[in-house]
Amino acid sequence: MRINTTRSNVDTDRLIQQYAQMRRIRAFEETAIAASKEGLVKGAIHPSIGQEAIAVGVCGNLETDDVLLSTHRGHGHTMVKGAVPVEMMCELFGKQGGICKGKGGSMHIADFRVGMLGSNGVVGANITIAAGAAHAIKLKKSNQIVCCIFGDGAINRGPFLEGLNWAGVFDLPILFVCEDNGFAATTRTKTMTSGAGPAARAESLGIPATEIDGNDVAVVDDVARELIDGIRAGGGPRFLVAKTYRLTGHTAADPAAYRDSAEVDAKWQGDPIKRCLDSILQTGIEDDVPEYEANKCLEEIRQAYEVAKNAPWPDIGEAFSDVQDSDLDTTGANQ
Amino acid sequence: MSQMTYLEAGKRALAEEMRRDEMVWAIGEDLGRGGVFGQYIGLADEFGRERISDAPISEAAIMGGAVGAAMMGTRPVVEMRFSDFALCAIDELVNQAAKARFMFGGQKKVPLVVREPIGMWRSSAAQHSQSLESWYTHIPGLVVVAPSTPEDTYGLFKTSIRNDDPVVFMEHKNLWGLTGNVSDEEDFTIPLGKARIAREGSDITIVSWSATVHVAVEAADTLASEGTSVEVIDLRTLWPWDKEAVFASVEKTGRLLVAHEAVSVSGFGAEIVASVAEEMFSSLKGPIKRLGAPRSPVSYSPPLEDQVRVTANNIAAAVRAMG
Repeated sequence: MRINTTRSNVDTDRLIQQYAQMRRIRAFEETAIAASKEGLVKGAIHPSIGQEAIAVGVCGNLETDDVLLSTHRGHGHTMVKGAVPVEMMCELFGKQGGICKGKGGSMHIADFRVGMLGSNGVVGANITIAAGAAHAIKLKKSNQIVCCIFGDGAINRGPFLEGLNWAGVFDLPILFVCEDNGFAATTRTKTMTSGAGPAARAESLGIPATEIDGNDVAVVDDVARELIDGIRAGGGPRFLVAKTYRLTGHTAADPAAYRDSAEVDAKWQGDPIKRCLDSILQTGIEDDVPEYEANKCLEEIRQAYEVAKNAPWPDIGEAFSDVQDSDLDTTGANQ
Repeated sequence: MSQMTYLEAGKRALAEEMRRDEMVWAIGEDLGRGGVFGQYIGLADEFGRERISDAPISEAAIMGGAVGAAMMGTRPVVEMRFSDFALCAIDELVNQAAKARFMFGGQKKVPLVVREPIGMWRSSAAQHSQSLESWYTHIPGLVVVAPSTPEDTYGLFKTSIRNDDPVVFMEHKNLWGLTGNVSDEEDFTIPLGKARIAREGSDITIVSWSATVHVAVEAADTLASEGTSVEVIDLRTLWPWDKEAVFASVEKTGRLLVAHEAVSVSGFGAEIVASVAEEMFSSLKGPIKRLGAPRSPVSYSPPLEDQVRVTANNIAAAVRAMG
């Protein structure tokens, strides 16, 4: 099912908050990219610049105890789910105060306090984990749901088939979200994908799929809410394909020379943040209102950067803690 | 004490743990009707099909699902049918289950047990016969268990289910029918990392695990009649492994042979002999020896299959050659 929604009643307060949330994610990632260029963030970061509407529209409809599984491109999802930017920034810097004690970095951020069960460095690996989390929810008869986000590249991995089939067979409370940005790492996904793509594959496994414009935050918000309500009511798994475009390279270090600048320039016109602001201004609201909300978020990110930059390195003992229960380690940490 | 088979001991352990903790559940292919070897027969009647659950032939989803289910507070026991098939789920076990606790900074443990039956059994050939236990000992975060007796299966399986970290539980297919005494004590468990002296002796130490323990004991009986007193140590768990027990025995005998069914090259025997060589050289009366399979896949035809089998004769001959 393809949905092209034209909204008649715009909830401007909600839209302004969504605008601010997207700016917050954008600021976090732009700050991280700058810190990477300064040599302060050592490892790879995978920006979601241009895809923020999906994070805000989908994750904004999850309850705190709902479960989220994300990808290597997961900063936005994680922030909207409730993780604190300063802890995330410290993690990217590999510093004390990092959300995972500096052991995971950008690709392995989790925050179990807010139901965020992990980003993942392996494409598609989160799909089976998400299915298992949903399976546990069903066994425990709780009212939570699971949201599993992955990119279009993941649909060519085996766990995509195994995890979706599993969710269908066991009728699990799970929303699969395919962020279809057109690229699998640095290759155009369609050149390496047979058949009609993610929605058709989900439908072939008996999971109803909905395809939307993932750069329209209001559409994502509406459709995600409806799907999540249905799943929570016992409707079984659902699949959302959100069409978007990755405005940066695969990583912060990737100049994305495999696509021409005219294509990228055109895509910037469809930047979800710009589109959201246009929608707000069309209602007659002055631009200082959304800017005021956005600026509060930008200050939060600026402070996160300062804290992370000045934070101490982790205690070196952390290299050996949290491996397994200490009584299981018979060799000592130095071997 | 009750007499039961190795297979029944595992089933009893699982049933008791499922009664004890309703968060324990099992999932794998064909479990509802009892599992490929019958290790689950009757359990679905008591616990229902949700807790003894069938699964599609989707090893990655079985293992990956267990990771998610474990992080949500349940204690899944997952069945891989044959350890060979678990190779379809290596990312899920090695990159996900074993790493989550560490890489997320200790926020969550992953309490799951994966049953991976190992070993040569009835001409099962190259894809149903492997003993891959050493692979998992190499992975920080995993516990590796390989019991040789019904009682050890019973006690170690219970401990593994209660353990908060992922456990690779490797039963040997050729031992399913082995009968032995199993404790009737309430809440009997066996700690991880504690070896068992399978046979006491004073002239040479043989360290082994799983089915090869019985082969080593048979060799020791033969050697006893020749006047050589062999001590057989059953490691029981490979990670953590009981260095203390092995070192104490080698201190006593001054000689060490490690025997296992797995391919000798990079087998876990290499870890044991290296540790003894590094730390106990001055206690040794002669060179250490390893005995494992040649580096060749397991054959189908019985006489060919036998070519890669570590036998009591091989072990006895190796001991004699060590003087």
